[in-house]
Amino acid sequence: MPEDSNIMDKIAESNRSVVTGIDEKEIQYWVTISVLGRKYRVPAGLTIMQAMEFAGYRLIRSCGCRAGFCGACTTVYRIEGDYRLKTAMACQTRVEDGMYLTQIPFTPAERSDYDLDKLRPGIEALLNNYPEILKCLGCNSCTKACPQDIDVMEYIAAGKRGDIAVMAEISFDCIQCGLCAMRCPAELAQYNLAQLARRLHGKYNTPAPEHLNKRVEEIIQGKFTKELEDLIKMSVDELRKVYTARDIEPE
Amino acid sequence: MAELKFIEGYPEYMRKLIDIVNKTRQARRDFTPKAMTMAERDEVLQVHPDYAPGGKRQILFGPNKGDMAANEVVDLLEAYPVVDSKVINLSNPDYSVDLLIIGGGLAGTTAALWAYDKGVNKDKILLVNKLRHGDSNSMMAEGGTQSADRENDSPARHFLDAIGGGHFTNKPDVLGALAEDAPLIMKWLCDLGAMIDRNDDGTFVETAFGGASRRRMHACRDYTGMEELRVLRDEFRSRQIPCLEFYPVVEFLTDGNRLTGAVLFNLETGDYKIVQSKVVILSTGGFGRLHIRGFPTTNHYGATADGIVMAYRVGAKLRDTDTVQYHPTGAAFPQQIIGLLLTEKLRGMGAQPVNIEGEAFVYPLEPRDVEAASFIRECYVRNKGVVTPTGMKGVWLDTPLIEVKNGSGAIEKAFPGMFRMFKRFDLDIRKDPVLVFPTLHYQNGGIETDPWGKTNIESLLVAGEVSGGVHGKNRLMGNSTLDCLVFGRRAGITASQILNNKLPFGKLTLEHLPKYIAQLKNANINTARKAPIILPDYRGKAVLARMIDVF
Ligand SMILES: Cc1cc2nc3c(=O)[nH]c(=O)nc-3n(C[C@H](O)[C@H](O)[C@H](O)COP(=O)(O)OP(=O)(O)OC[C@H]3O[C@@H](n4cnc5c(N)ncnc54)[C@H](O)[C@@H]3O)c2cc1C
Ligand code: SF4
Ligand code: SF4
Ligand code: FES
Repeated sequence: MPEDSNIMDKIAESNRSVVTGIDEKEIQYWVTISVLGRKYRVPAGLTIMQAMEFAGYRLIRSCGCRAGFCGACTTVYRIEGDYRLKTAMACQTRVEDGMYLTQIPFTPAERSDYDLDKLRPGIEALLNNYPEILKCLGCNSCTKACPQDIDVMEYIAAGKRGDIAVMAEISFDCIQCGLCAMRCPAELAQYNLAQLARRLHGKYNTPAPEHLNKRVEEIIQGKFTKELEDLIKMSVDELRKVYTARDIEPE
Repeated sequence: MAELKFIEGYPEYMRKLIDIVNKTRQARRDFTPKAMTMAERDEVLQVHPDYAPGGKRQILFGPNKGDMAANEVVDLLEAYPVVDSKVINLSNPDYSVDLLIIGGGLAGTTAALWAYDKGVNKDKILLVNKLRHGDSNSMMAEGGTQSADRENDSPARHFLDAIGGGHFTNKPDVLGALAEDAPLIMKWLCDLGAMIDRNDDGTFVETAFGGASRRRMHACRDYTGMEELRVLRDEFRSRQIPCLEFYPVVEFLTDGNRLTGAVLFNLETGDYKIVQSKVVILSTGGFGRLHIRGFPTTNHYGATADGIVMAYRVGAKLRDTDTVQYHPTGAAFPQQIIGLLLTEKLRGMGAQPVNIEGEAFVYPLEPRDVEAASFIRECYVRNKGVVTPTGMKGVWLDTPLIEVKNGSGAIEKAFPGMFRMFKRFDLDIRKDPVLVFPTLHYQNGGIETDPWGKTNIESLLVAGEVSGGVHGKNRLMGNSTLDCLVFGRRAGITASQILNNKLPFGKLTLEHLPKYIAQLKNANINTARKAPIILPDYRGKAVLARMIDVF
């Protein structure tokens, strides 16, 4: 083996720009974007989020997971010369030359407080909590805005039919970024409706399976407590033996 | 200047290298390299960042004096407070609560719900978050959560698998609780309406994974943590439990012994608030954003070890600080997503690691540290890695093999999140392999607790990734979301029990800070560093060089 710490140095070196911020000396390709109306020259190929940081913004709002899961980095933009308004997650979208953007760090949206135990999957649950669902015009703006490519209009349509299962399935990948709600002429907060639908579906249409209920019962009766206590008391050597001897379920 | 030419997401030269992978795919379909022997494992581990010399040093003072920890962590223990105990006004607390919960990931949110269930008045609970409620590592968990709930499985087996995976260093009593409570947690999630993957007959889909003797992994597509957390958060909101966002805790308050409150920092306006609390649950998660050894990370923006830093200052005992988990398959290309996680399940379903010559060079499901080290060896010792346009090295993960083995459509069905992430950068993981390199993933050690979340500090309970012991020196996949749920629940219950005893508020002081500073000085630590750091700083170098401090 060669010098191991030398390897670590090389790895650190190759990751430097991701870890400590970008040094412009290393950049070959540039684009110009504008953030809140001010132009910045930034390295091509960065995400919107990385480009803003390169430009000097230390993000507080509009940055959470940095990986497309949390919906914090909601962004709207146009490209100069193109009339269309586009939507994106800043952590998952590459900058383009001529992009001018703003972030939407917060969506003012109504959500209903409910006791799931008192609801049942069906149209009433939706209507009682979100009567505005009936106002959907079927304009498809929400679907066009969704950065997760979810057919938002379709799940709202399913909701109007009282089809909770379909609403839950279609909306599953929702990261609750709020873009659909910002675009909706009928003023729905679609993602909050979808959250309710998924919980109704999970709880009532696919309740806890029998094998789980049985296991829970066994645990409450203390069926495994002794066996676990014995393991907890075992020496490492004994544990090693039991561990090595355990059978492995074939694939 | 001419742009680098991309063909379907990859630069031309990488396209040529992909052709080599395509050529060997059929031959690799029925070939899996042999698992390593113990001796081979030991050899390759020498290039693992946790084993290669130079990455750690001793903690010089405090309850863990003499223990080894990553340099980046010790740096933060060897740092000055961000608040000056002489100027903070503690006489009029802004909030007086029974239970302060710090950090609303899975652990903190679960704790709040259980404290509420066990009778703590909701208006006497306060959950504070550094970012928004839910912006956390929990939100990003892809692979799943373990629970031994099938007939041929048992909590004892779960215990054994985990303790073997942890090299027999796990704290046994805590691990026992993890294994025994897991099915209770699954039931709780079902009752709250979480959509956990099901077979047609309604039973759970349960899959195999590295280190387990039974199929025990429960997933919600590849958005497991997101589904779990958004359900809990929805319930939390429905119950109207008070919550603050963009208000990180920057220091604890004590009465000299017992924890009595905390100092909050308004991230937007820069002023502080004082919380007085009878009990505190610390659930601030991990430390990926410290970029240990210069590695990229899978973790969220706020994973900066604040909890450990603040708890160590009041004398909390840590354990297993000497190991860090690197995930073998972080994205190495495209540059926009470097370090982000490609779940282990991809390999579970047949994706193979392949080098620049199109060879499968390692058994795909070695323990995480061995697998990661073998990638590093392939790139930096054997020079069979692929170099990206930004100078990073990586090996291929041959994802198209998943569909060769499981039929077309398998990828979109099982990995919608992964498929989408690459598609956004014009890459199709059904057709082309992806380039991967190990990434910093999980903080194995942390604050020591008993099975009910209690620590050596009175009134300080701990749950989730910030705790240490349950996973020992190595965590198995699917045990940390579970850890958060199990010990979040237990901490919530413990808090309610402590509060039942009509506990009074304690005096609010920052006495521990001058004592800590004295320890720094005694240990001859000369530094201007301050901690907790709250957020990493990725601003461009050119801009930073020209900062002026006007107001
Ligand atoms: C990409 C990824 C994939 C993963 N996949 C899996 C998996 O498949 N299965 C599995 O079991 N585990 C997985 N894990 C690990 C698991 O998700 C985490 O260990 C676990 O969710 C941690 O939960 P937590 O509640 O302890 O911390 P977190 O979820 O990180 O929550 C901590 C919260 O505290 C906040 N906070 C931090 N400091 C402060 C402060 N000073 N003041 C106030 N708030 C603060 C943070 O901002 C955050 O919101 C994965 C982790 C990552 C990053
Ligand atoms: S459904 Fe709405 S909130 Fe959910 S991801 Fe799509 S646009 Fe965002
Ligand atoms: S944007 Fe609003 S009105 Fe238009 S389809 Fe979507 S939900 Fe209906
Ligand atoms: S920061 Fe979480 S989705 Fe972009």
